[in-house]
Amino acid sequence: MTAVTAENAERDRVVSQTPASAGPGPESVPRPGGWRPPRHLGVGVVTLWLSIIVLLPLAALTVASLGNGLGGFWEAVTAPAALASLRVTVLVSAVVAVVNAVMGTLIAWVLVRDDFRGKRVVDALIDLPFALPTIVASIVLLSLYGPNSPVGVHLSATRWGVIVALAFVTLPFVVRSVQPVLIEADREVEEAASSLGATGWTTFRRIVLPTLLPAVIGGTGLAFARAIGEYGSVVLIGGNIPRETQVASQYIQQQIEIDRPEAAAAVSVALLAIAFLTLLVLRVLSGRAQRREERAV
Amino acid sequence: MITVTNAHKQYGTFTALDDVSLDIPRGSLTALLGPSGSGKSTLLRSIAGLETLDAGVVTIEGEDVTNVPPQRRGIGFVFQHYAAFKHMTVRDNVAFGLSIRKRPKPVIDKRVDELLEIVGLSGFRDRYPAQLSGGQRQRMALARALAVDPQVLLLDEPFGALDAKVRTDLRTWLRRLHDEVHVTTVLVTHDQEEALDVADRIAVLNQGRIEQVGDPVTLYDRPANDFVMSFLGSVSRLGDQVVRPHDIALDRDRQHALALDAAVPASAGVIGAVVERVVRLGFEVRVDLRAESGERFAAQITRRDANDLRLAAGETVFARVDQPSSIVERMAIAGV
Ligand SMILES: Nc1ncnc2c1ncn2[C@@H]1O[C@H](COP(=O)(O)OP(=O)(O)O)[C@@H](O)[C@H]1O
Ligand SMILES: [Mg+2]
Repeated sequence: MTAVTAENAERDRVVSQTPASAGPGPESVPRPGGWRPPRHLGVGVVTLWLSIIVLLPLAALTVASLGNGLGGFWEAVTAPAALASLRVTVLVSAVVAVVNAVMGTLIAWVLVRDDFRGKRVVDALIDLPFALPTIVASIVLLSLYGPNSPVGVHLSATRWGVIVALAFVTLPFVVRSVQPVLIEADREVEEAASSLGATGWTTFRRIVLPTLLPAVIGGTGLAFARAIGEYGSVVLIGGNIPRETQVASQYIQQQIEIDRPEAAAAVSVALLAIAFLTLLVLRVLSGRAQRREERAV
Repeated sequence: MITVTNAHKQYGTFTALDDVSLDIPRGSLTALLGPSGSGKSTLLRSIAGLETLDAGVVTIEGEDVTNVPPQRRGIGFVFQHYAAFKHMTVRDNVAFGLSIRKRPKPVIDKRVDELLEIVGLSGFRDRYPAQLSGGQRQRMALARALAVDPQVLLLDEPFGALDAKVRTDLRTWLRRLHDEVHVTTVLVTHDQEEALDVADRIAVLNQGRIEQVGDPVTLYDRPANDFVMSFLGSVSRLGDQVVRPHDIALDRDRQHALALDAAVPASAGVIGAVVERVVRLGFEVRVDLRAESGERFAAQITRRDANDLRLAAGETVFARVDQPSSIVERMAIAGV
């Protein structure tokens, strides 16, 4: 086959795919005419706000955790019961995060792509776990899946019970982060894949999923972080059995009750460190997935 | 060879395709031409299987594919907005069809290189679509569609999102490519110039119906009705006739014009008109005129004729139809 090259057939500019998403980065030049808050004012307000809301409490917590010195901190965190509760927490949270990643994506898919009666109602229902006081959730779950379960499912004082409770309160995260991406997704890309011979599943796996991945990862990270610190919803159904179903937040509560605030603070700091590291790793991962798509020249 | 027979497509109460039948010869480059909303995309997507017809039959190379999903129709489809797989490199985009067919990697690599050479993207193998210009993305999409050796290549306004210069370059290039590859190609466009330029057959669509099918010259010179006539080029209304502006001859001398007009059968006669404006468009000159009846029309004449006539605004000239061949051969149906 001889080549019909188009090397010179075209002299068009390279157009940036998403000029709007460039956003006002630190290097961005103020647009003439467009109002922008003075940079120092913006940074100042953000710093102040974050300090009051996040940094100061965290610092106070860290200070409190060091009330018995570094040694005391280490001792509190590595106490067998503390370690066991951290292990249970991370385990069930990880399971819940994975379940959320799959189910949340599926729910978002159905809500965006399928048409059925009552779709709006279901859509509105997704956010309800946020509105419900978590202790109420725990009571409801206990009455449904507890010893007197009307449906014959007994999850009380089991890890599955904890997982169900956590899945309940973390439901919206993945759904709500995937949904807008799916709405914006270019259907023609999927049609292109099927015209090239890809089945529905291949198209989903190789074309759709990679575009959803940053949103799935982001939502999963939030769900994981929320699950790690959750207290209210697991307190009744979990049964608080050490090494079995006792999660870190319950252990911390216990420490406070027996008047060991330093130990409580120390385990809290460990919990926060785990959450922070997880979120950081996930952010890097999803950033990488994102960048591959929008790699500019 | 593609055939579409009695195709119907309804969106709610709106009829997008109304009893459309069309044969697309093997190896041809056929354009589906029509205004926006006339059903071009719907027809093309029905051929691809991306849309299902309410009634009608589609065959590709003799096989009835009406109920065959797009995956198994042996088509290549190119979209107006590229539909690039953004998370894949140019290489992986082009290789996609072959890699899901589980072809060995060396075979894929060879084919990809060959195609990138053809579309002039050899140096862009490892780039991502976001790093390409619009024209380059569309050439990548074309290579991707050709990679699976489709029986038919379907293009939905492939140059619609590009700027004018790139668009004309790319369509010339597509024509040359087609002359080499000979794959049966259907091109959707609303741009008559594009259709006249690249296609060897044009089907004109209007409101979900096919108005006329034929080669570009036939359609331009012998349009079946006013719609085809006005859609394939500019028109002027001279008396009760619709003609091409370049088929209007102007004369200073009424007697001379009448004498020449007598030789033309079924002409509209000679019409006196006042020159309103003379626009010089390079080789051609457009003369905006107002007839004695008050009706405005335009004539297109050569620069030389314009100079000979020494036209200026406000002067009176006599217009007649020079080439009756382009007069619409009015069909027997009333109201067309
Ligand atoms: N999915 C759809 N739902 C409802 N109406 C549609 C849909 N697709 C196309 N149409 C309508 O059908 C008509 C023909 O559309 P289309 O084939 O895309 O036209 P063209 O490609 O010629 O511009 C348009 O009026 C459009 O609004
Ligand atoms: Mg269209």
